[in-house]
Amino acid sequence: MSEHRIDLTVNGHRHSARVEARTGLGEFLRDTLGYTGTHLACEHGVCGACTVLVDGVAMRSCLMLAVQADGAELTTVEGLAAPDGTLHPVQQALKDNFGLQCGFCTPGVAMTLAAVTRDHEGPGLEEALTKAMSGHLCRCTGYQGIRRAIRQLAGASA
Amino acid sequence: MNIEAKMDVGGIGAARYVGTRQPRKEDGRLLTGRGQFTDDVRVPGMLHVAYVRSAVARGRIVSIDLDAAREMPGVQAIYTQADLAAVPVSFQTFFFTPVEAPVTLLADGRVACVGDPIAMVVADSRALAEDAASLVEVTIEEEAPVVTIADARTGALVHPERDDNIAAEMGDEDTRLAIQPLLDASAHVVTTRVRHQRIAQSPMEGRACLASPEGTNEMTVWLGCQSPHLAARWIALVLGMPTEAIRVIAKDVGGGFGLKNIPWKEEMAVIAAAKLMRCPLKWIEDRFEALTASSHARDQDVTLSVGFDADARLTAAWCDYACNNGAWPMGEDANIAVHMFMWPCYKLPAYGFVTRGWYTNTMGLGAYRGPWAMESLVRETLLDKAARRIGVDPVELRRRNLIYLPDQPHTSTLGIPVEDITPGECLEKLVANVDFPAFRREQAEARKEGRYLGIGVATYIEPTGAAGSMAPMTGETVHLRIEPTGKVVAMLSTHSQGHGTATTMAQVIAEQLGVPYEDVAVYEGDSAIGAFSPGAAGSRQGVIAGGATWKAAQLLAEKIKVVAAHLSNASVETITIDGGMVHVAGAPEMSRPLREIAEIAYGEPGRLPPGLATGLEAQYRYQPPPMTMTSAAHCCMVEVDAETGFVRILRWISSKDCGTVINPGVVEGQIAGGLAQAIGQVLLEDMPYDARGNPLAATFKDYMLPTIFDVPDFEYLHASTPSQTIGGMRGVGEGGCIIGPPTLVNAIADALSPFGEIDELVLPLTPARILDVIEQRDVSGTRASEVVPVAEVTAPVEAAPVAQVSGIDGDWNMVLKTPMGPQAMVAHFDCDGDAVSGWLEAPEGRQAFAGGVLSGNQLKFEMKVEKPMKITLKYDLTFDGQTVSGKCKMGMFGSAKVTGERG
Ligand code: FES
Ligand code: FES
Repeated sequence: MSEHRIDLTVNGHRHSARVEARTGLGEFLRDTLGYTGTHLACEHGVCGACTVLVDGVAMRSCLMLAVQADGAELTTVEGLAAPDGTLHPVQQALKDNFGLQCGFCTPGVAMTLAAVTRDHEGPGLEEALTKAMSGHLCRCTGYQGIRRAIRQLAGASA
Repeated sequence: MNIEAKMDVGGIGAARYVGTRQPRKEDGRLLTGRGQFTDDVRVPGMLHVAYVRSAVARGRIVSIDLDAAREMPGVQAIYTQADLAAVPVSFQTFFFTPVEAPVTLLADGRVACVGDPIAMVVADSRALAEDAASLVEVTIEEEAPVVTIADARTGALVHPERDDNIAAEMGDEDTRLAIQPLLDASAHVVTTRVRHQRIAQSPMEGRACLASPEGTNEMTVWLGCQSPHLAARWIALVLGMPTEAIRVIAKDVGGGFGLKNIPWKEEMAVIAAAKLMRCPLKWIEDRFEALTASSHARDQDVTLSVGFDADARLTAAWCDYACNNGAWPMGEDANIAVHMFMWPCYKLPAYGFVTRGWYTNTMGLGAYRGPWAMESLVRETLLDKAARRIGVDPVELRRRNLIYLPDQPHTSTLGIPVEDITPGECLEKLVANVDFPAFRREQAEARKEGRYLGIGVATYIEPTGAAGSMAPMTGETVHLRIEPTGKVVAMLSTHSQGHGTATTMAQVIAEQLGVPYEDVAVYEGDSAIGAFSPGAAGSRQGVIAGGATWKAAQLLAEKIKVVAAHLSNASVETITIDGGMVHVAGAPEMSRPLREIAEIAYGEPGRLPPGLATGLEAQYRYQPPPMTMTSAAHCCMVEVDAETGFVRILRWISSKDCGTVINPGVVEGQIAGGLAQAIGQVLLEDMPYDARGNPLAATFKDYMLPTIFDVPDFEYLHASTPSQTIGGMRGVGEGGCIIGPPTLVNAIADALSPFGEIDELVLPLTPARILDVIEQRDVSGTRASEVVPVAEVTAPVEAAPVAQVSGIDGDWNMVLKTPMGPQAMVAHFDCDGDAVSGWLEAPEGRQAFAGGVLSGNQLKFEMKVEKPMKITLKYDLTFDGQTVSGKCKMGMFGSAKVTGERG
């Protein structure tokens, strides 16, 4: 099994590690670096729970190898809130609208919504956010609170 | 969306929290990645487990070659059943009764389903454990598997040591003789068959277990479960360990839905192996395992016939229910609850049923949200079909037959008493708020354009908050205290896998105590905290733990008032607590923060009223009424695309009576989550097996969970009739998953009515199956692929030669197969000619009977019992030398098998 040295930044913290070529990014973040906020729920790219930002782009960390993140800047759910603890607007919207129950899918949902809110320009944010949710499964909420949170976010930006 | 004015949440004086959308206390950690799910926990020295599973459904294990796997670096141990047998286990059901087909941790010489764990690899990392598992070579002599219920009726024995493949059986074919004439005499008889697919409960976090041995005989287990208390008690019983030796911690669990009621083979094997290795072991189920090798649910085949008179009033009903239990069900189950709860909200004069669970070579069944939900699905879809057949409006048909409040108290045909159910009132509220005539007009217009709209309604009641009649279903304890800092701490045995119990319990406490919601901290999720309760099981926590906290907070408020009155030299009646301040009526200058009272109560006992215990603490265990009923009526509107068979849900309105609503956000979340799962069951989800017993949905690409595009915005009407519990709550966790399926099916059937009936409801209603109705041919291939249903083979009843019995006097060891598991007892008979008296003795005690009659080798006698409810047991036994067999009619529970032999 080949091992590689990688250097990367997670939520502003620098990390260096030796990883096996086959180690998934999600597994690496959780098990090696301790960012356990990233959840692995299917490990085959369907549920979206494992979503993190890699150089600002929302990626499924179960479908990426840790070695592929060499040199990248990552944001996980632990890095979403402001340093003083103020929740990111996406986190706040999910909280205000009962957008989570068990919270297992939530980190991935929050990362995707954060990426889309940040990148979207012009009208149609609600549609863009809803469409992005097509890549996420939530077994608890029936998506009601997530949809309300999306409307809140779209309303705030309008 | 709330389509009526929000509940009145304003109060006079003390702040109102009950009934308000308080933000959830759980969300802070869960939104920021600081939750503590089992896989987030690591313990020094921890090793990782992976399983070697059977790839065939049935067969004899010829050999297991571990050599190559053992040589892999990083592998610490590999166990087979031969090794784990060193830790004796006796698996139990959720009801703490023994399972009937003995379960071993790993396969013991035979495999009985694909996914059966055969060997366990322990390694330094999960990846290494999986690598090694793939190197284990298992040779199995494959046998033809028993996959379907039809196979089970005629095929080989799933458990060779048993007489047949019937896992559980209740009800009585004989009652058909009484029901059939009533059906024959009815103006209309409508029959429907429902074949419910197999469901994978699919919590987003799979099963998970980390077992860490401590000391000589203690174990801390982090476990994905629904109640740390129930899990700890269950694990201790199964392992024969003292309960206090097991501590179960489950701070955050990513969904349970019934699957995690009790641990099963894999979690128990981890615990057993940790005991053997004396080191911490972790097993985290992956999705492939979760889908194919976690307990499944549903998989039923049900036929219901209902008679109606010329006015569309119910006359009688007969139901034949069969359920595919799989090989290792978490409790053999004929689902008696389906029959108990099918009719209590309707005026039905006569009901009979036979119900059976069958063993097959498929993954065993476990619980799933509303395990008895079939009663609503089969009844409500039949009622709509009947309404079309008879030519009355579906709402009108229900009005003629539902139990309204003035009809109560009422006792159902099977003896279930109801006294405060409101299904009729929920329906009226629904009809008052939804413009049905307008929809009918729109529907008629749309049809002219070739668009097919449909509307469906369903009504139901649901037993929630059960306590006192089944061993695990108990009351709830809360220990509540005001810390010397003035902050409030509650210790509870509730558990949230998304339920938000820390939130709702804090709301009750804050309101009853008169403190800010922010000042209340709730600790739960650890068997070391609180007292026994089954946690999230049977829609009970809001009802029972809600009642317990309600009362405990009142008791604690009383104590605070006594202390404050004493300190202020005032009378207790003048004291009020509000916003964390203690006030004396008419003396605003004497107001003081709770903290001051708390400091005195803990630190200056001399200033307390003489004899009063120091501190500010209260503890209360609430035992609620045995059952609290929740009622609802739902309505859904759909459009079916006649070209493609796709269903689009246009609106969905819930009119639900769950009594006092502690937090509408939480309650609506429970309803919505259940409804989304209902939509999944009706349209998407399916865990099919092929003829060789392979589960065919191995990923979330194959097992389709509803996405945000499959679920509409739900609208809620809350009809809040307080229940008889403290606080007046009614359970709400399972309802959406029970009433949702028939509501949606009825809407689809209504849309399809210009084409024909859904003759036989086969779930899920895929586009192809909907095209079956639209095109009136077998588009989906469902019928073509169907094995010709084998008429049930009942063993020919040979006229038993009436052997002259050599006398039945004396003791007999008998087993009665009750719905809650087998009950062993000793029967003693004394004959005096044909007259027989005697007694039956079970662990609960001995009860005598008299008046039995012996004719030939057949003995009939009756016995009245009080528990779990008042029923008369009617025994009908046949003796054959040293053995006895027969049945016992148990009132509404139907008939149970009796077997036994001379003691
Ligand atoms: S865990 Fe990555 S998409 Fe499911
Ligand atoms: S909140 Fe439980 S899976 Fe989404």
